[in-house]
Amino acid sequence: MKHMTRKATRHVNQNEGLIFEKSGSGKAAWKLAPLDVPEVDTQALLGAAERSDLGNMPEVSEIEIIRHFTRLSTWNYAIDLGMYPLGSCTMKYNPRVNELVSRLDGIANAHPYQPEKISQGALRIIKTLSDCLLEITGMDAITLQPAAGAHGELTGLLLIRAYHDSKGAPRKKVLIPDSAHGTNPATAAMVGYAVENLKSNANGMVDVAALEAQMNEDVAALMLTNPNTLGVFEQEIHKIADILHAKGGLLYMDGANMNALVGKVRPGDFGVDVMHLNLHKTFSTPHGGGGPGSGPVAIRKQLEPFLPRPMLISKSDGTLAFDYDRPRSIGRVRSFYGNFGMFVRALAYILANGPDGLRQTTEDAVLNANYIRKGLEGTYDLPYSSASMHEVVFSDKVQAKKGVRTMDIAKRLIDYGFHPYTTAFPLIVPGALMIEPTESEPKEELDLFLEAMRSIAQEIEEDAELVRTAPHSTRVSRLDETAAARKPVLRWKPNSENHKSEV
Amino acid sequence: MLKAIGVNSIDDLFAPIPAEYRLNRDLKVPRQMAESEIVDWFRERSRENGDGHSTFLGAGVYYHYRPVIIDSLISRGEFLTAYTPYQAEISQGTLQSIFEFQTMICELTGMEVANASMYDGSTAAAEAVMMAVRLSGRRNVAVARSVHPEYREVLSTYAFHQGMPLATVPFEDSGRVNLREIERAVTTDTACVLVQSPNFFGTIEDVEAVAEIAHAKGAMVVVAIAETVSLGIIEPPRSADIIAMEAQSFGVPPGFGGPYCGVIATRESNVRQMPGRLVGQTTDRNGKRGFVLTLATREQHIRREKATSNICTNQALVALMVNIFMTVYGKVGLKELARHNLAKAAYAAQRFAKSASVLFAGVPRFNEFVVRTSEDPYAINSRLLGHKVVGGLPLKKFYPELGNASLWCCTELTSRSMIDTAVGLVGESERSVRSAKEETAEEVAR
Amino acid sequence: MSYPADFKYTKEHEWIKVEGNTATIGITTYAQDSLGDIVFVELPKVGAELAAGKTFGSVESVKAVSDLYAPASGTVTEVNPELATAPEKINKDAHSAWMLKMSLKNPGELNSLLSAADYEKFVAEEGGH
Repeated sequence: MKHMTRKATRHVNQNEGLIFEKSGSGKAAWKLAPLDVPEVDTQALLGAAERSDLGNMPEVSEIEIIRHFTRLSTWNYAIDLGMYPLGSCTMKYNPRVNELVSRLDGIANAHPYQPEKISQGALRIIKTLSDCLLEITGMDAITLQPAAGAHGELTGLLLIRAYHDSKGAPRKKVLIPDSAHGTNPATAAMVGYAVENLKSNANGMVDVAALEAQMNEDVAALMLTNPNTLGVFEQEIHKIADILHAKGGLLYMDGANMNALVGKVRPGDFGVDVMHLNLHKTFSTPHGGGGPGSGPVAIRKQLEPFLPRPMLISKSDGTLAFDYDRPRSIGRVRSFYGNFGMFVRALAYILANGPDGLRQTTEDAVLNANYIRKGLEGTYDLPYSSASMHEVVFSDKVQAKKGVRTMDIAKRLIDYGFHPYTTAFPLIVPGALMIEPTESEPKEELDLFLEAMRSIAQEIEEDAELVRTAPHSTRVSRLDETAAARKPVLRWKPNSENHKSEV
Repeated sequence: MLKAIGVNSIDDLFAPIPAEYRLNRDLKVPRQMAESEIVDWFRERSRENGDGHSTFLGAGVYYHYRPVIIDSLISRGEFLTAYTPYQAEISQGTLQSIFEFQTMICELTGMEVANASMYDGSTAAAEAVMMAVRLSGRRNVAVARSVHPEYREVLSTYAFHQGMPLATVPFEDSGRVNLREIERAVTTDTACVLVQSPNFFGTIEDVEAVAEIAHAKGAMVVVAIAETVSLGIIEPPRSADIIAMEAQSFGVPPGFGGPYCGVIATRESNVRQMPGRLVGQTTDRNGKRGFVLTLATREQHIRREKATSNICTNQALVALMVNIFMTVYGKVGLKELARHNLAKAAYAAQRFAKSASVLFAGVPRFNEFVVRTSEDPYAINSRLLGHKVVGGLPLKKFYPELGNASLWCCTELTSRSMIDTAVGLVGESERSVRSAKEETAEEVAR
Repeated sequence: MSYPADFKYTKEHEWIKVEGNTATIGITTYAQDSLGDIVFVELPKVGAELAAGKTFGSVESVKAVSDLYAPASGTVTEVNPELATAPEKINKDAHSAWMLKMSLKNPGELNSLLSAADYEKFVAEEGGH
C-alpha cells in the first residue's frame, strides 16, 4: 500500500471552564464614550420599572474573552479543518470574500427602514440575486423573505393553500414520501394539512402507481425532494407532475439537494410548481454552527399574486422599490426582507462562479459522490443500486453482524480526523450512512476518507469493541444523553453541582 | 477519477436525468468574476446604500456599537464553518457557548429556560403564541396594537391556518395597551395576551397589570422584547409566561433587516412545548462535564408532523455574536450602556418638545419616542436627508390615526450634535409651517 | 419475559389490569425494551376522557417518541405521579410502573384484547421480523 499521511494526530488543547466561573467583580472589557448629554435621574424617569440588579452576568477582561472563545473554538470540527461529509447538509467551502463584502459599511449598517432613495444598492443586490436564482431554477417568480429551508417550506405551503383557496376548493392533504426530511411533515402540519405517507418503491423512488392510486381532489400537493434523500434523481418526475396536475394538485420541490442540479437541469423545466432553495447549502453561505440560513421560494406564475409582502419592483425611472400593495398576498412570514446578509454572500458566490463555474460545481459534486460510492462498494452494503447524484447512502448491514452500528462507525471516523456522515437518515434505510462530499473536496482528501472508512471496516472485523466505544481521541466521549434528557440542566447556576475543574 | 468510477465522461454520471430536461446551454447569469471585481461590485452597491449617513431609526432594529472582538471571534473557521452540533464530541465549543448563551438570556429575562435561537423577533413572537396555544389548550389570542406592526403581520400569517382567532387590543392615550380593553378581550377561551415592552413606541408596558388580568382568566402572557439593551436598566417582565426576544441589539449589525437572532425564554415547566434547539449539561463516560443537544424529541427530525415547530436551521452564529456582546458588557457594562441610551433619548425628547409635540410623555420609555409635527414627516425627512441625516420613521403607514407622527430612536452612538442638528431642522420647519398657517389664518380673518 | 396472566394486552404494547370497574394501564416490558432508556412520559390529567384505540399520551426516549393508545374507553381517575420525575421506573419494572387508572365506560371492549399467552406469541412474531 502506498504511503498515506494520516489525517489527524492528537494534540494538546486548552481546558476552559464556563465564563461564569472566570467572572470577578471589577473586571471589564467595555468602555463607553463620555456622556455628552446631561446625566439623568433614572429613578425619576423609570420609577418602579427601573432594574437594580443584573444577576449573574459575567465580569471578565478582553483577553479572557478572546481566550475563552478561541479555546472553545478549538473543540469544534469545521469545514476549514477537513471534509464534512454530512449527507443532505451540503457542507461546502464558505468563501471568505463573501464575508468581506457582507461587512462593507453601506451593506452591514443599512437600516431596513432607511429611505429607498438611499437603499438602491441593497435593492440591486436583491434584484440581481433574484434574477440569478430564477434563471437557475427555471421558475417565474421568487421571494427571498423566508429565513431558512423549513421557513421556505412553510411559505411554499402557505402559497399552495392560498392558491387552492382562491379556486374555491381548499384541499386537506399533502403527500410526503417516507424518505423525506422531517421538516416536510412538520411544515404541512403547521399549515393545517393532514400528512399522507407515500411509500417508496424498490428502487427508493416514488412509486408512481401508488401515487396514482393515492392522488385525488383532496390532495393539495406532493412534497418531493429531487434528487431524493438517497441521492437518486426521480426519473419519472414528469409523470409524477402530470399525475398531480391532472387532479389539480401542485408539485412542491424541497431544494435541499439542488447542489446536484445547478447548471445541468432546472426544476421549472420538469414540472415543479413551488420550490425552496437553501442558500446555506447550495450557495455557500456558512452554516455557523446551525445557522443563519436563507430559504428563498421560487414559484410558477399562477402563484405569484400570493407571494409574501413586500415584493421588489422596478419603477419607470429605473430605480427599485418595494411594493406593499398586494391584496392577495399570504402576508409576511418574517419581519423586513429576510436574511439579507445571506443574499450578499450567495450572490458573491454566484458571481465568483459564473455559468461555467456553477455547472462545474455540480459536475464535481456528482463526480466526488460517485468516487466515494465506487471506493466503498463491497466494503459497505449499498441498499439501493440506483445511480447516485451528489450523495450516496450505504447501510451498516454487514457491520451490524458484528454488533457495530452506523453511529459507532460515525464516532470512529472522528478518531480519523473526519466529521461523521449523516447517520440513521433517510428512515427508509435501516442503519443508514449518508455521505455527501460536495465539490469542495480534492481527490487527496477523498482518498484519505476512503482509507479511513475501509480501515474502520477492517477494525470491526478484528476488534469491534474498539469501534463500539469510539471516539478515543476527543476531549469527551459518548456523553450521557439519557441523563441530560431525564433531568435537564439547561443553564448554569451559582453553587450548583457544576464541577469547576475540567481535568 | 472517471476511470476509477468506470465511466467515460462526466455526462455519463448525469445519464439518470432524462435528456429532455437537461439544460444544454449556459445559465444566463453574470460571467465569472475575479475576487477583485466582486469586491468592486459590492463596494459600488455599498456606496449606493446610505454609506456615511447618521440615523435616528430604530423601530425594531437598533444601532449599537459592536465591539471589534465579535467579528474576530465569529470569523474563526471552527465557529463559522461548523454544522449544527449533533456530534457532541467534536462540537463542544459550539455547545458550551450555547449553554452560556441560554444562561445569560435567563439571567437577563428572569426566565428559567431559553432556547438557542429562532429566526428573528417576529417569528419568535409567532412561535411563542403558538406555544401558548398548545400549553393552554385554548385558541384565542389577544394582541396589543402597540406590538411591532410587522410582528403582528407575521403572527397573523402563522395563525391564519391554525384556526387561531386574533383580537387586536388598542392602546390608550399614554401609549400603553388599554387595560380595560384587555379585560374585555380576554375570556376563558383566550390562550394568551401578546404585548411588547418597550413597545413599538418605546413606551414601557405595565406587564404586571396585563398579567393580573390575563392570569385571572387562565390565559398566559407572552411579552415580546425588540430592544434587548433595555434589559440593562428596565426590570424584565417577570410575570410573563413566555418571552419572545429579538436580540439584534446585542452586537448584530442592522444589515438591511437580517440575519438577526430571535430567542424564546420561559418557565421550566413549559419547556417541552418550547420550539427550537436546547443545549443541556451532562457527563461523558468518564464523568467529565460536557454538553449535548437535548430534549430533541420536541423537534421535527424526530416527531415529524407532531413536532412543536418545523424549525431546523436557526441563527446559531448570530447567537454567538449576541453571546460575545453580553460577555463583553456583562453585569456592569450593560447597565451603563442602557443608562447612556436612556439619557440620550431623554435629552432628545426634551429638545424636540420645544418645537413639536412629543407623544406618550407621561409614562416611562427607553430609547425611542414619538414626535408629532405640523408638517408631513416624509417632507421633513427628505430635507434632513440633504444633511446626510435619516430622520425618525414616519408612522402613517402603520398608525394613520397618529397623523404626522414619527418614531425617533437615540442610542449611545447618537451624538449630542447630531441631536441638536436634527432638532434644529425640525424646529425650523415647524416654525415656518406655523407661521404659514398663521398667515393663512390672518388671511381668512381678513 | 414473563407477562402477568391477570393482565390483558394490546398490540400497541400496553397492559391493562381490571379490578371491578377500575382499570390500571401501563406499557409492557417488551415495549420499554424496544424504546430503550425512557426519559419522559406524557400523560393526560385526571378527569380526561379516553377513547379505546385513540392516543392518550406518549413515551419518549432520547431519540424516539411513541404514542400511547387507550386499551379501553373511560375516565382517568388517577395518574402515577412518580413517572413525572422518575420515568426510569418503567425501564426497571414496566409491569409495576403503572401510568394511570381509569373508570371503564364499556367493560365489553376488553374482550377483544390479548391474553398473556396470545401477547407473548404476538411479540415473538413481531420480534422475529
